[in-house]
Amino acid sequence: MPNNQSTIRVGTGAGFSDDRIDPAVDLAERGQVDYLVFECLAERTIARENLARLKDPEKGYTPYLAERFQAVLPACVKNNIRIVTNMGAANPAGAARAVRHEASALGFADLPVAYVTGDDVADIVRNNPQLPLMEDGSPVEALIPRMASANVYLGADVIHAGLATGAPVVMTGRVADPSLFVGCMMHGLGWRYDDYAKLAVGTLAGHMMECAAQLTGGCFIDPGKKDCDDPITPGFPFADITADGALTLGKLDDSGGRLDVQTCTEQVLYEMHNPTSYITPDCVLDITDVAFKQAAKCRVQVTGAKARPRTPTYKVVVGYHDGYIGEGEVGYAGPNALARAQLAEKIVRERLKKRGFTYPEIRVDYIGMSALHGMNTHGSGRPEPYEVRLRIAARSHDRKAALAVGFEVRTLHVNGPSGGGGGSNGIRELLAVKSILIPREMVKTQVTVEGTL
Amino acid sequence: MSTKVYELGHARAGDKGNTSNISVTAYDERAWNILRDQLTPERVLHAFTGIADGPVTRYELPKLRALNFVIENALGGGVTVSLAQDMHGKSLSFLMLDIELKT
Repeated sequence: MPNNQSTIRVGTGAGFSDDRIDPAVDLAERGQVDYLVFECLAERTIARENLARLKDPEKGYTPYLAERFQAVLPACVKNNIRIVTNMGAANPAGAARAVRHEASALGFADLPVAYVTGDDVADIVRNNPQLPLMEDGSPVEALIPRMASANVYLGADVIHAGLATGAPVVMTGRVADPSLFVGCMMHGLGWRYDDYAKLAVGTLAGHMMECAAQLTGGCFIDPGKKDCDDPITPGFPFADITADGALTLGKLDDSGGRLDVQTCTEQVLYEMHNPTSYITPDCVLDITDVAFKQAAKCRVQVTGAKARPRTPTYKVVVGYHDGYIGEGEVGYAGPNALARAQLAEKIVRERLKKRGFTYPEIRVDYIGMSALHGMNTHGSGRPEPYEVRLRIAARSHDRKAALAVGFEVRTLHVNGPSGGGGGSNGIRELLAVKSILIPREMVKTQVTVEGTL
Repeated sequence: MSTKVYELGHARAGDKGNTSNISVTAYDERAWNILRDQLTPERVLHAFTGIADGPVTRYELPKLRALNFVIENALGGGVTVSLAQDMHGKSLSFLMLDIELKT
């Protein structure tokens, strides 16, 4: 596919690591997209995948990589669609090899894959323990002994460099979500990395598209209030962008979901704080003048994106071990259900105390009453539900203390109040994250191609 | 007369660390005026008692007829360490929509 077209179409192939697979296939087969972007990394994914990589050096990339590539590669190869994705997580090189393996099995021998490294800055963080945490200003030093990962959010320049190799697939670890899209626009439309009017449009488009169906009817429907004809098969979005920066968001006309001014307004503010200053590695986006106009069915015109120059720093997410969460659940129903659940809570608390376990916080949820919005604000006025499911959870650095929480809920099965059923319990290891900023010049990135171009 | 935010607009919640942001978009001009006048940061913080410690910052986007609330200390220490089932606070948009305002 030639560079510097007058218009390109960039589609979203996934909006999170566990996203649906068929909408991407639909876009690849009949969406006439030039680029398909799969965003599959949440904040702590890399920390988790680093642990997987310690167990198996070839692993450490997103779990559904094989399934996604098996599904979309045939149509992408046939239609010359470039794939850009952060599925590499903690191991972009391993992910690149895995893609080539899947490609071979599909009959595409020696498919070149470009992969980006340099986002892993664990060594740089270890050597700069004085760097202050964004959360509270304290030095990162205290986290270093427990550190599981440290990765910068790279920008669109590395995506552009990856695409410039000509490889059909660009695989990365941590790259800022909008930058995955902006890199496609720089490559396809010849945008320069200092043309902030264009970077503004690209960043806005990327920001709106990176969560896939959240732009096209996902996380939106409220029956009877905000409906759509087909909530079963919402199409994933694409953006039509011209070289001079005109942007139209779209989805396939016959796909499900909906794409209109309402869905766009919800998504443009999603995970946005100050609307004048949305900071990415590429620019500082200002959306205060953004306006949406329904141009046709499944098409929305977007205007008004502005941007200021990028900051001199990269943001680093530091993942670290932070103990365990232990939890247990049990359900009660019928007359006096709430009182029995409350007694169960009391029993578990007392038994944990008797056994000598203390916790910084014990969370108690009465599922169906208070698990999501709490009791304190409106709970007293709410009617008692027919069924109540008790959930008790606590955090501890002591694995035994965390295990005890679920154990004491579990033992209610034969020792607790009348009619408790459907118990479950477990423990999980906590990987927490905090952030620091590091000067850009500390970070060295590299693009490597696996395979023959 | 009173009405819920639910009748005036729609909302979506997002998360970053221990901060929740919730947008409220008015259905029409009349609803926008009511929301802008009455859905103050103080009103929101009060509704989130027991869930968020605040502070709450409100940003106005008149061209979108939307308000963006940034609610700090709202997610049980942050998505990665929260003991809550809804660690992302996705359901908090409906706590916002449940707030009662005068019309």
